[in-house]
This record gives sequence, structure tokens and C-alpha cells, in this order.
Amino acid sequence: MRIPLSWLREFAQVPAGATAEDVMAELVKVGFEEEAVHRPTDALRGPVVVGQVLSLVKEPQSNGKTINWCQVRVVPEGQEQTLTGKGIDPSGVQGIVCGAHNFVEGDKVVVTLPGAVLPGDFHISARKTYGHMSAGMIASVRELGIGEDHDGILVLSRIGLDPEIGTDAMELLGLYDQAAEINVTPDRGYAFSIRGAAREYAHATGTVFTDPASKVNAPAVLSGGYGVKINDDAPIYGKPGCDRFVARTVRGVDATRPTPPWMSSRLRLAGIRSISLPVDISNYVMLELGQPLHFYDQDKLSGDIVVRRAVAGEKLTTLDGKERALDAEDLLITDASGPIGVAGVMGGASTEVTDATTAVLIEAAHFEEVSIARSRRRHKLPSEASKRFERGVDWQVANIAAQRAVDLLVELAGGTAEEAGTDVGTAPDPVTIALPGEYPAARIGIDFTEEQIVTSLEDLGAVLEKSDAGWTVTAPSWRNDLETKEDLSEEVARLVGYDQIPATLPVAPPGRGLTRVQQQRRRLLQALADAGLTEVLAYPFVSKAANETFGVAEEGAPRTAVKLANPISEEQGYLRTSVLPGLLEVAKRNHSRGFRDLAVFEAGMVFLPGDTLGTPSIPPLGVKPADEVLDALYDGVPDQPLHVAAVLTGHDSPAAAGHAPRLWDWADALDIARLAGDVLGVELVVTQGRHQAFHPGRAAQLSLRSGEVVGYAGELHPKLLAAHDMPARAVAMELNADALFEAAADVVVARHISTFPVATQDVALVVPQDVPADDVLAALREGAGELLEDVALFDVYAGKGIEDGKKSLAFGLRFRATDRTLTADEASEARERAVFAAAERFGAVQR
Amino acid sequence: MTETLPGAAVPNPLDETAINAAVDQAVAAIAGASTLDELKAVRLAHTGEKSPLSLANRGIGSLPKDQKAAAGKLMGSSRGRVNKALADRTAELEAENDARILVEETVDVTAAPRRRRAGARHPLSTLQDRVADIFVGMGWEIAEGPEVESEWFNFDALNFKPDHPAREMQDTFFVEPPEAHLLMRTHTSPVQVRSMLERELPIYVLCPGKVFRTDELDATHTPVFHQFEGLAIDKKLSMADLRGTLEHFARQMFGDEAQIRLRPNYFPFTEPSAELDIFHPGAKGGPRWIEWGGCGMVNPNVLRAAGIDPDVYSGFAFGMGIERTLMFRNEVGDMRDMIEGDVRFSEHFGMEI
Repeated sequence: MRIPLSWLREFAQVPAGATAEDVMAELVKVGFEEEAVHRPTDALRGPVVVGQVLSLVKEPQSNGKTINWCQVRVVPEGQEQTLTGKGIDPSGVQGIVCGAHNFVEGDKVVVTLPGAVLPGDFHISARKTYGHMSAGMIASVRELGIGEDHDGILVLSRIGLDPEIGTDAMELLGLYDQAAEINVTPDRGYAFSIRGAAREYAHATGTVFTDPASKVNAPAVLSGGYGVKINDDAPIYGKPGCDRFVARTVRGVDATRPTPPWMSSRLRLAGIRSISLPVDISNYVMLELGQPLHFYDQDKLSGDIVVRRAVAGEKLTTLDGKERALDAEDLLITDASGPIGVAGVMGGASTEVTDATTAVLIEAAHFEEVSIARSRRRHKLPSEASKRFERGVDWQVANIAAQRAVDLLVELAGGTAEEAGTDVGTAPDPVTIALPGEYPAARIGIDFTEEQIVTSLEDLGAVLEKSDAGWTVTAPSWRNDLETKEDLSEEVARLVGYDQIPATLPVAPPGRGLTRVQQQRRRLLQALADAGLTEVLAYPFVSKAANETFGVAEEGAPRTAVKLANPISEEQGYLRTSVLPGLLEVAKRNHSRGFRDLAVFEAGMVFLPGDTLGTPSIPPLGVKPADEVLDALYDGVPDQPLHVAAVLTGHDSPAAAGHAPRLWDWADALDIARLAGDVLGVELVVTQGRHQAFHPGRAAQLSLRSGEVVGYAGELHPKLLAAHDMPARAVAMELNADALFEAAADVVVARHISTFPVATQDVALVVPQDVPADDVLAALREGAGELLEDVALFDVYAGKGIEDGKKSLAFGLRFRATDRTLTADEASEARERAVFAAAERFGAVQR
Repeated sequence: MTETLPGAAVPNPLDETAINAAVDQAVAAIAGASTLDELKAVRLAHTGEKSPLSLANRGIGSLPKDQKAAAGKLMGSSRGRVNKALADRTAELEAENDARILVEETVDVTAAPRRRRAGARHPLSTLQDRVADIFVGMGWEIAEGPEVESEWFNFDALNFKPDHPAREMQDTFFVEPPEAHLLMRTHTSPVQVRSMLERELPIYVLCPGKVFRTDELDATHTPVFHQFEGLAIDKKLSMADLRGTLEHFARQMFGDEAQIRLRPNYFPFTEPSAELDIFHPGAKGGPRWIEWGGCGMVNPNVLRAAGIDPDVYSGFAFGMGIERTLMFRNEVGDMRDMIEGDVRFSEHFGMEI
């Protein structure tokens, strides 16, 4: 909401020198955030005066243009020029070259004299042009920054003005005024008006407020006016769409009269373009009183006005020239011809007020919030009117606003008011709230005096009646946001001042600290960072293709993902089922910025929709839903496990003198996945994996001991990397972190530490190429039995001396008993058992 | 290298003068050895089998019985002197040698390569942990919830009326199909609702996490950002308790000079509602007030939605943006730096904020 200060001053006591900033500083105290300052003089400086064109000589130019060489009087005849400065002629007559042709000798115009500055930092000075010394400019509205029209210069008689020559044109056009723009929270529809803003300004400053509604003399009762029926047979939430319709007629209107500058300047500062006098009047009254109005050309109406819901199939061409298919829920204004407006949103073209209109029918109606909001959304028609109706308009002000419009049409458009008028509808019951006397203090923590409570609420316009426990408060008709004792407590606190609230620190009961999962997550993230990886946070929005590549291991497996109804970009219209796509994008971005050696990781939720997605309906607010309803809400929310993923490319460390970095390879990806398992105390079982995002021969599938697959690690598929403009080799891993957290032991059971000597034995086994080393190792472990303390693969060899299609695996075995020193025979025997198991299972032959 | 001293006569083991002369000769030779190799030669010459002293010693055997004791004593002490001189000189030369080798092994420590990558946490992640730690220290617990959420938890349970402009102002990402009433949470407040439904009273929880709004990414907006929200539900809580909690937290984060200021505002889930400003003593360009978040007393309708009796319990809630906090606390000028994943951004912070 923009508040022109001149307008505010009519109803509130604003100090003479106050700026828009000063006004905003006051309003912020009562809860309106500062948005912007609108002040023409920030961009426009005088001298800008009224001049009269004494002579005008048309001079054709060689470039085909014709310019006017004008003598313009800027000081009344017989008076002296009091302005001084380079280019200002002491005679009071300026020679000015002008390219526009929409004016003649004798016209009064706006002259920007040398020394003036126009919007766009355009400095006016005397300069030689087209063979003349042109000392100033005859201005258009666009050049003055007060309109879009730049076809011609501003001829003052055309906007109904005949000022004295030399008059300060900035004053004349209202350009010394300024507006404070505040943000109005959605609960306070009343503040979308000068009436509401002035009241709040008075609250903030403790000064006197004059209600603009009180300045209007509206008849208490209207009758005999245009026929209007309210006939809502499908109220939303049981509330009628329209509960008041005031109609007034003004005849003999001259719609072509110019809007006076005081009105157009206030509208302009308020952010509303001047269109025509009738339209400007309807907007002016709306801004002043908060009541949106609609004007009909009464001669274009046929029969009674009926306010009703639309019938399926009905159509309406709105003021913007668009034909709209109406919905059965739309509340309409209709006459005998059919729909003539979507109530509170936009009028119809067929009954529009035009230059030819002479009889204006004014509509000042009260529409229900939800109905208007839905129509506005449905037809994508945000308007100043719908903005106010959606937030709630004062039921009581309709008649007053209609009268104010009547008065302005009479005064400015030469119309004659008809005495008869229409006022149909039923006033809603006033809202009364029981306010226990001690409640505001308990809620806010300030020991309010009774006087503070009473004064604050009465200042708002509420009526208080003393009750046993405190007060019965009747909320003012414009405050539809006041419904409960909490609302009233806020109002008291707001008016007394939030700065009065003391500070006390409540003590929470003994807490349990971070949960185990929270600790595990921290440990995991920290371990990866400690291992040299850089944490990043990518967006969860991905393409369908990315989910299909990364989300599911097996090609052709069924894929489901959560799709957004309104994504930022359709291309990235899905939620991730894997963290890798975003991470790869990050890697690519870094790569393109010149960082070739990368190790990045992210832990984030992935979104895995199950069989049920959401719920067909949701329970109402303000009540706890039944258990089964709550269960359905919980069940409808997709599974969202935390995944952790890493992408590595380039070298493992920075190159430096005396240090040769190593290229990251598939084993690093696996190693990082294992590290994740290690820090959580979870063993990961590695098997040869298949995943279309990975190199077909260099992917490991990672599982828990239970068999549950929890992730993949290895080298990314070279084709995929090429498609991402990434280097040919990059490795990655992804794990379901939640599954790891879950798998971690609750209690780690200690193992007996034997202090007897160790016996080590090595063994080299020849097995077929495709036998996984880990399987052979497992067989050795099993075969060796409990004397085996540890076994490790220390060499893999294929080539000379080994049969084609086979490989040699060398293992180091460590034996130790818990209760004695092993003899060499015992150790050898255990080794033989191990080799036997491997031989039996994989045909392993000892080398 | 010779093992004997050529031409040297074998001294009589009883001839003290001759023995002393041999000892002096040996000690002088030992002292004169300048390397360990030279010393080895000297040792062989003066203590080897064919050295005068060894030979003299061997001569004791052929002496008459009554002279053996005197000769033995003389030879023992003489050889002792030589051995001691040898040991001392050996130690000296070894020390010299060691020192020289260590000097030769000198490196330029300023040219040491970095052999390991220095990893980093994302500062938003680190800051989130830091905030959580402050509240855990106050006895609060950390609550978390899903990012795709039921509309009821995100709006209705929080007293957002259907069709109310406040609901629309949240710029919500909805999930397909809209009839499923799922969305991406626009704030972490649904976690507050879940906490109220699932926890025992009283409740003191902090809910940090990712939230989503349909804003395009630019220098000050991002469709994905992080919040932390606090919720306290207890008997007899007032706005003064809210203020005290926020003040305590602000001082933990920004130092003892930090102050907070509340300004009236509107949120459907709180009544009264306030905008929260912080006086940041360390702000870039000097101490000043900065908009930090929103807060208020929990609206009774929110308590009712969770089955809590608003006549018995009251509560307060607050919420701040983590990005915003990082921006003014650590002077991050552009939102995109936090989002794009440029490794320079995280790596500059390392493990700290």
C-alpha cells in the first residue's frame, strides 16, 4: 500500500516537514514493514514553471523534420524575472526549439528552464540547436515522469487548468508530494486504504485521527433506486457470496472531463494510472475508504441486477476484452442480458463506462472473501478490487463510499445525483469477544493497566463492556481479523508497544541431547570431510532421465518418482531418487570453472513414493484429526531416506614439488563407501555390481550382512560422463545412510584380546578370472576356523606362469589362539583347511 | 693398514717407563685420528694382537710368579687408559659424524608438498550444527521431519485457512497430482506439528531443515533454503519467555552485546506475531539492526490441531533462515555462492564458520 502524504494529512496529524521515511518509521512500530519511498523530487528538480507560447514559427529542416521555434513567456507580463542563472532570460521570455506539434500559440504549457533536472538525470541547459539558442524545454508528461504519453507536450488547458504564467508547475501538478509504501500483512485488509493507514498512523504516534467516512454525508436509508436482487444459492462454507449491494445513479455526467491534477497525482503516487475521470473517481474512493467500486453505464443495463452464481457454460467478456468461461462457483453480477461482471474481480465489457456515458450506476457491494479469492485465482485476474475483497472489506462503509463517489461525480464530472438509491443485504452479526481481565498480561508478559487495555482497544474502534471476568469486546466492523482473546491481546501489546515486553528465560526440562541418528549423521559427514572430501548442497530437482539413470540399479526395473505440479523448470520437474545427479552437476560446474581435481559429497533426502501418494482429502484446521485420519496422512507421505553420495574425479591431492598425486580410481570410491560404514561400525559386503550409471565392469554393489542392498560404488559409465561434459574417468558412490544408521549395533560387544604369539602363513591360490577375491577370502576364513585372526589379500597376479583365464591371489593369514601358543603344525593345519575350502568351492589350486 | 707398529720393540711388562711411553704413543695416535676409519686403524695398531701393549701383556705369562702381580697391575691400568681414550674418541667422532649427516640431510621445510586433500563441511551444515548445539545446551531437543509433506501439516494444522491469501503467499511447490494434497514444505513448522502430536508435554524442540519456495535463484532468493524453528509448549509461557529465549540465543550466537527487537507482524500460526530483528554488534559496516526472522505465541488453533488444550498450555515459536544468518554473520554477499556448490566456497570455511 502506497500512502501519499498529502492524502494522509487530511485525516492524521503528520508534522509539516515529515518525509515518507518518517511516516514509515512510525508505521513500522505498529506492524507495517517499510517497502519503498515514491518521491518525484528525487528525480525531478526545478525550475519548472507554467509558460505561455507567445509565438511559434514552423521551420522545416533538411532532415525532413519540422521544428517549432517558440517564444514562451514564463513570467507574467509587466513583472520581472526573479530567477537567475545561465540561460534564463531576464526578459521573462525564453526562446525554445520544440519538435512536438500538438500545441498552438497562446497555449499554456510546462516549461523546464535551464538548471532543471528531469527523471533520468537529464539536465536542462541552454544549447544551440537547429540554428537557435534553445533555452529550456516544453515538457511532455513522460519527460516529467508523470505519464507514459510522449506524443506531445502537456497543454494545461486540456487537463482543465488555466494557471497564471510563471506558476511553479511542480506544485501545480502535485510533484512535491511523496508516498510511503508499506507492506500490509494479509490479515489487515482495512490497511489497504488511506482510512486504515491514517488510523494506524494515529495509533503509532498517539495523535488524533479523523475518519474519512465521517466526512461523507450519506443518507441513512436508500430506496427506490435501481433494482438489485441477491440470489446466492451456492454459498461457499455456508457464507453468502454477497451480503450487501448499494447502487446509486448519477446522471448528466461528462466522462470526458479531465481528472484534476490533485487527484491524478495522488493516484499516480498510489501506483494507479489515470484512465478517465469516472474510472479515476472509482479508484480514488477505493483508495481512500477501502471499498472497491464498480461503475456501470446505466443506459447499457437491461432489467434488474441479480447477484448469483454462474451456470455451467456461461461466458463473459471482461473489461480487458477477454472472453472467459465461467465456473459454477463464480459469483456474478448479471442483468437481463446475462453476466455483466465477475463479482469483486472484474466487470464486463458490455456495460463499461465510456467517454459517451452520461448515466453512471455506482456499485458498492460487500463480497465474501473466499468466493472472490477463488474466482480471482481461477481466472488469473488479480486486481486492486479483488485484493481488498479477499482480505475483507468493512461492511458498513459501502453506502458511504457510494456517496463519496456520487459527490465526486457531481463535483468533477458535472453530474446530478439521483436521490433514489438501492441498499440491499443483511448486516453480519457483530463479533463479540470475551476478554478476561488478566488474559492480556498472561499472554504478553506485560502487567497492563486496565486503562492501557481499555484505551488501546477503544482506539482501534472496538466497543468495550465490563463483564464479571473482564470485558465483552465488540470488534470494529473493519477488523475482520479480530476474533479471539489472543487477537485482542496482540492489539493491546501492539499499541502499548512490543518494546515494553520484558525478557524471561524459561527453563526446559532435562533434555536427552542429540538422538543417536543425529549423532551418526554428524559423524558420517565429518568423517567424509576429514577424509578430504568437500560437502556441497545441491537442489533436489532433477529430470525424469536423471532419475531413470541413477535412481534404480537395474535397467527396465519399475521406476517411480515424485513429480512436481509447478516446478521452476519443466526440465527439472521431478524430485531426486538419488543424490548423484545433483552432485554430478556440481562436479561439472566446478570442472567448467577450472577445477579438475574434485572430491565432493552430499547427504540429502531422496524421495521414494510408495503405493499410496498423499490423501484424497485433508482434515479441517483447529481440531485434532482422528487417529486413523492422522495415520492416513502419515502413510501418504513418501519415504524420504537420507542418502550420502560422493563424486571424485582427477587427482587425489594437489600436485607439488616432491609429491606425485594419484588419479582417483574405482577403488577410492569403494574405499570412501567403506569409510562411511567404518565410522558407523557397519560392515559393508561388496559384490560385483550392475548399475547402468556405472562402468559395467567396475561397479560394486554394497550390502549389509542381512543382504539388504544399501548402495553402489565404482567408476561412472564413460558414456554418461561424456554426456555431462565430464572427464572420461570419474568415480562415485552412493549409500542409503538411514539404512546404515539403522544397521549400526546398539551395543558393541568387546572381543577378547589374546596376548599369545602370532603365527603367520601366506598362501597363493590360482582361481578362474571371474571368481571374486572377496569370495575366496570368505572361503579361506570359513575353512580356517576360529584360529584365524585375520586374512588379507596382498597380491593379485595374472600372466606368465598362470594359465589363461586364471589368476593368482595371494593371501596373508594370521593365526592366533586365545589360550595357548600355537605350534607350527596347528597353524599349518588351519591353513590347509582354509585352502581346502577354497579348493572345494572355487577349484582353487595352491601355487 | 698395518696391525703392528713397524720397528717397535716389545716392551717389558715390568718396564713402567716403556709401557707408559707405549700408552702415551697410543693415546696420542687416538687423539690424532680425525675420522672413524683412521681411529679403526689406530685401534688395531695400538690394541691389536700384535700391538706393543698386547705383546707386552702376553709377556706377563713368562714372568716369574712373584712379578706377575705387579706386571698385571701395570698392564691392566695401561690398557684401561688406552681403551678409555679409544672409547672417548669414538664417541666424539661418532657425534661429529652424526651431526654432519644430519646437516647434510637438511631440507627446505617451506617447500613441503601437501599430500592430502583438505576436506570441508558446507558452512550451512556447520552453522546448522552450531545452532542445534546451543539449544541442546539449553535442554532443548532437535526434531526433524520429511521435506515432502502433507498439506495438512504444512498449512491447515498451522491455522492457514483454505483460500486465505497467507496460504498463497507461501509460494508453494505442489506435488502431482494436486488431489493428493502433498507439497514441499514451505517452512519447518510441520515438524512442530509432528512434535506436538508425537511428544510428551512440555515440549522444547528446535526444528532445523530444508524448505522450499517457488522463487527463482538470484543474489537474494533461492527455491531451496534452510531454516531453524523453535517451539516451546508449557504451562504459563508468555511473550516475555519468547523474548528471553531469543535474547539468550542471540547472545550465544553473536556475543553479549547482541540485542533483539520485536515488531508486530502477522503469521497464521502465531497470535501475537512478531518480526524479529537482531542488533548485530559485529555487522559489516558497523553494529546495526538486521531483520532475522519471525516469531510469536502459538495460535490456540495450532494447539487444538495437535490435541493440546490451549486453556492449560501455551507456547511460543520462532523461525530464522540459516542462509540469511550466514549471509550477515559471515558476510556472504551472494546467495548463489551457497547454492552452486563451487568448492572454493566450502573449502574457504573448512570445518569452521
